Amino acid sequence: MDKTEWKVLKEIAELEKVPQGAYNFRVNGKLDDRKVTANIDIASKTDGKPGIDITVKPGTKGESVHIPVVLSMTGLTDVVYNDFYIGEGADVDIVAGCGIHNTGCETSQHDGIHVFHIGKNAKVRYVERHYGEGPGTGARILNPRTEVYLEEGASMTMEMTQIRGVDSTIRDTVVEVAAGGECIINEKLMTDGEQVAESNVEIVLKGDGATGRVVSRSVGRGKSVQVFRPCMTGKADCFGHVQCDSILMDEAKIKSIPAIDAQSVDAQLIHEAAIGRIAGDQILKLLTLGLTEEEAEEKILEGFLN
Amino acid sequence: MLEISHLRFDVTAENGGELEILRDVSLTVEDGKLVVITGPNGGGKTTLARTIMGLNQPTGGSIRWNGQDVTNLSITDRALAGISYGFQQPPRFKGMKVKDLIALAAGKEELAPGEGCRYLTQVGLCADDYIDRDVDASLSGGEVKRIEIATILARQAGLMIFDEPEAGIDLWSFARLTETFENIHKRGDSTLLIISHQERIIRLADEIVVIEGGKVAKHGPQEEIFPQIMARTVPGCGYMREGER
Repeated sequence: MDKTEWKVLKEIAELEKVPQGAYNFRVNGKLDDRKVTANIDIASKTDGKPGIDITVKPGTKGESVHIPVVLSMTGLTDVVYNDFYIGEGADVDIVAGCGIHNTGCETSQHDGIHVFHIGKNAKVRYVERHYGEGPGTGARILNPRTEVYLEEGASMTMEMTQIRGVDSTIRDTVVEVAAGGECIINEKLMTDGEQVAESNVEIVLKGDGATGRVVSRSVGRGKSVQVFRPCMTGKADCFGHVQCDSILMDEAKIKSIPAIDAQSVDAQLIHEAAIGRIAGDQILKLLTLGLTEEEAEEKILEGFLN
Repeated sequence: MLEISHLRFDVTAENGGELEILRDVSLTVEDGKLVVITGPNGGGKTTLARTIMGLNQPTGGSIRWNGQDVTNLSITDRALAGISYGFQQPPRFKGMKVKDLIALAAGKEELAPGEGCRYLTQVGLCADDYIDRDVDASLSGGEVKRIEIATILARQAGLMIFDEPEAGIDLWSFARLTETFENIHKRGDSTLLIISHQERIIRLADEIVVIEGGKVAKHGPQEEIFPQIMARTVPGCGYMREGER
């Protein structure tokens, strides 16, 4: 990888050198570097599809897998299928993410299709950052699809962040949670300029004691457009909460359509959604602390998106 | 020294007429003094405090702080000149942690270990419980209010204006707060302007200013003004006098 690619990698995975544990670097549609460990195997798909199978042995604790993707070639459309098999009782961190550096005038696009099979009582923390940069006029497009199947007592926390530089994104996330399982999705999104982002999240709570939580925070600036469609379905004695909060600036447009679908009398489902500009008294308070208006705005957004 | 001279603040009423919120307020506060502003609701106390901070732009008169005319300065520039103001109803911030807000107030990227704790303890909050919490709707009104006061302590500005610091605060925290005001006053490096109706805070004052109908109705040493206020509360009101009989 060259300097530009490492810089992109730092943005999406906070990596400055190869990480500890297992990893798979994909650059411009090809494998760049890979390392497996005794407990975590990464293998290229053999069915002809591009992508990898990541298998974590049952009981693996405290290990991590990094699978970043970098696109620095203009005009490339990269589709990748990654399947994760997390063994029973494992406890691992998975860091994914995609960064595009587009210097040309053609579209660069990455569509990552991730499927997670998470075994009984296993725990996964999944971090995914999407980022775009580059002086080219070509669009930077990311259309990820994530499917998660949680077995009994399994849990998955997903941090999905897209703060800068992605022109167009359609994100689909589908999760099924078995009894006693838990899925937490923290989504952070900021769009600017003419960017467009759409996020569809569907969580189905299938078993008793299943929990689902979606916390979506977004900021729309410039003339950008965002659409959120989080849907929580409860089919058992379960608890689900959907919370969408958006800050609107400039001439941006945000549409938020949270849905809850109870198919059992014991399902407890809640949704909240709010869209509004930055509250004037927040800005005033920070001005009285000596910040300029621009600094105040930046601090409020920084806190909001954490 | 804070010198307020012939300060006016008018707003246009719904019927198109002019409402005089502040009418010709003149007031001088010497360095290191603790001055309590009191008076009936709607008298103009908060407007006066907000006008000093620059949150309201006066329609007439001038404000000088440390010899500098700040009347036309922005809020930010007044803050940098050493004026601070604790909001009566402080805003909440989704996602901003107590320690982040206090660090911003202290003008630092990050607080030194124990620093946030020091300010929170002074307002009766246990730092361990609060320092990593978000300043959002999960905090009660009294908690947000005390964090607001902690931001003013962290700023260590030359002029500290507190707007009804006692409002919404429980008795125990209130006792701690009065001690804090007393200690700042003793150190003498800040001038304190406190809007309050609480006897315990009024008792701390060097001077009392009574604002009524947008004007300074009384201004003098605490020993002189306090008995006058007390004399007015019960005998001044015919209804309450009636009840005493």
